[in-house]
Amino acid sequence: MSKNTRDTLFRKVDVDQYSEDKFEEDEQGDGTVNGVGPNEAEVQTLLSQGKNVDALKVALRNPPVTSKNQAVKDKALQVVMRVLLQFKSSDIDNAVKSLDSPTKDILMKYIYRGFEIPAEGSSAQLLTWHQKVFALAGLGCVVRVLTDRKRV
Amino acid sequence: MTEAHSFGVIPITCHAWNGDKTQLALSPNNHEVHIYKKTGSQWTLEHTLEEHTQRVTGIDWAVQSNRLVTCGADRNAYVWTFANGEWKPTLVILRINRAATCVKWSPLENKFAVGSGARLISVCYFEEENDWWVSKHIKKPIRSTVTCIDWHPNNILLAAGSSDFKTRVFSAYIKEVEAKPEATCWGKKMTFNNIMAEFSNGGGGWVHDVSFSSSGEKLLWVSHNSSISVVNAAVDIQEVHTSRTEFLPFVTCLWLTENSFVVAGNDCCPVVFSCDGTGNISFCAKLDDAKKVTNTKFTAMDHFRSMDKLGSSSEDNITKLGTTHQNTITQVSVYKGTKANCSVFTTTAVDGQLVNWDVKSLESSIAGLRIC
Repeated sequence: MSKNTRDTLFRKVDVDQYSEDKFEEDEQGDGTVNGVGPNEAEVQTLLSQGKNVDALKVALRNPPVTSKNQAVKDKALQVVMRVLLQFKSSDIDNAVKSLDSPTKDILMKYIYRGFEIPAEGSSAQLLTWHQKVFALAGLGCVVRVLTDRKRV
Repeated sequence: MTEAHSFGVIPITCHAWNGDKTQLALSPNNHEVHIYKKTGSQWTLEHTLEEHTQRVTGIDWAVQSNRLVTCGADRNAYVWTFANGEWKPTLVILRINRAATCVKWSPLENKFAVGSGARLISVCYFEEENDWWVSKHIKKPIRSTVTCIDWHPNNILLAAGSSDFKTRVFSAYIKEVEAKPEATCWGKKMTFNNIMAEFSNGGGGWVHDVSFSSSGEKLLWVSHNSSISVVNAAVDIQEVHTSRTEFLPFVTCLWLTENSFVVAGNDCCPVVFSCDGTGNISFCAKLDDAKKVTNTKFTAMDHFRSMDKLGSSSEDNITKLGTTHQNTITQVSVYKGTKANCSVFTTTAVDGQLVNWDVKSLESSIAGLRIC
């Protein structure tokens, strides 16, 4: 009979690594072709012209979901956050309505990522965005953010 | 319309009907399989099958040969035969080192397939000379738990969904028991374990359920990222049509006709979708109108009692859902008809209910629902 030693270390041993056919994640791209993140200069120009909705669409293009480089992801988040915070609450509804369904999923990913790194006043604005996207894209959109391995 | 039966408060993990739909096998989320018989509107518990030592994960009833197959988390599968008023189990050696997750008889009922957490599918057939069920493994290139399987109507091909986000079609041709298969739109080469097709719907989310249409040309699957995907092999075997829905994830799916199917899951409500010739998916209707549940009788006493107990008035504390099912639907099966023309289907759920849905009468009462 084995003794109960309260030793829990053995539970953390990855027994699967000794298996001949070990599960490996899908190899993710190196992020050279697509997923390089949005074009920052273009976004900036559109923002300064007051074309917020166009800026949002450009910012949501080429999300760095396949990139392994955290700096690229952070950079993309920064760009998107700048656009999101630029919006007046009353304009958000129309902006979200103009997006197609895959883009709404990407936007929701950025919103959740934005919650991870709160800045002054950003969370209140993000909650408004969340509410509007949720109203149109439903729970499915949130579930996709939670399940997808391809994070922004 | 709908007809609900309650089997207590315990979740129904899985269920299976017999051939004439007078008997029902279900597992109440433990190691037992209960067989109920319907007399009038009453269900009587006829038999309790206790051979598994852990939770039963799959049941299937071979309707022509009246045999049951069950599999469980104890890594075993049993084939049950009915003789002299009782069910007799035969152990099937699956040779797996993880829990079995799902089991299905092939259409001709001469073999069955068991998916498991051991990243493989055991295809089992009966060997006459040894009087014994033998299993053969489909292994490559499955890289995670097999969560669901479904047989092609030709008795050879097998679709499997897995938690590595992929859906695959394999050949499960056993040369010992069957004649050489003819080519289908899924391919020509059908040696055992040959992978005919492999699909991903481009996102995360493990596959919860797969289903071949009655012709075997279309393959449908639902995954945990709330998406539904269809491939029509007769048109283009490469092209996956995916619909990313706004609902909670679906865990089970079933073809009602060649062009429409029902999906159900965490939303507690079956939803009908249709797909056109190429496979584009479009939303038809929810089969359960989610009415907001309100307290019909308002009394001052209830009001103040719940204010006192819960700190808010009772109107905010209604936990009953507007749908018939009160919790996740775990399985959908055909009750009347076939996959080609299903007129009534059955759902079982975590709330311990079994509900029969009459498609024809629902079609006349729900606007926008056209099943063809």
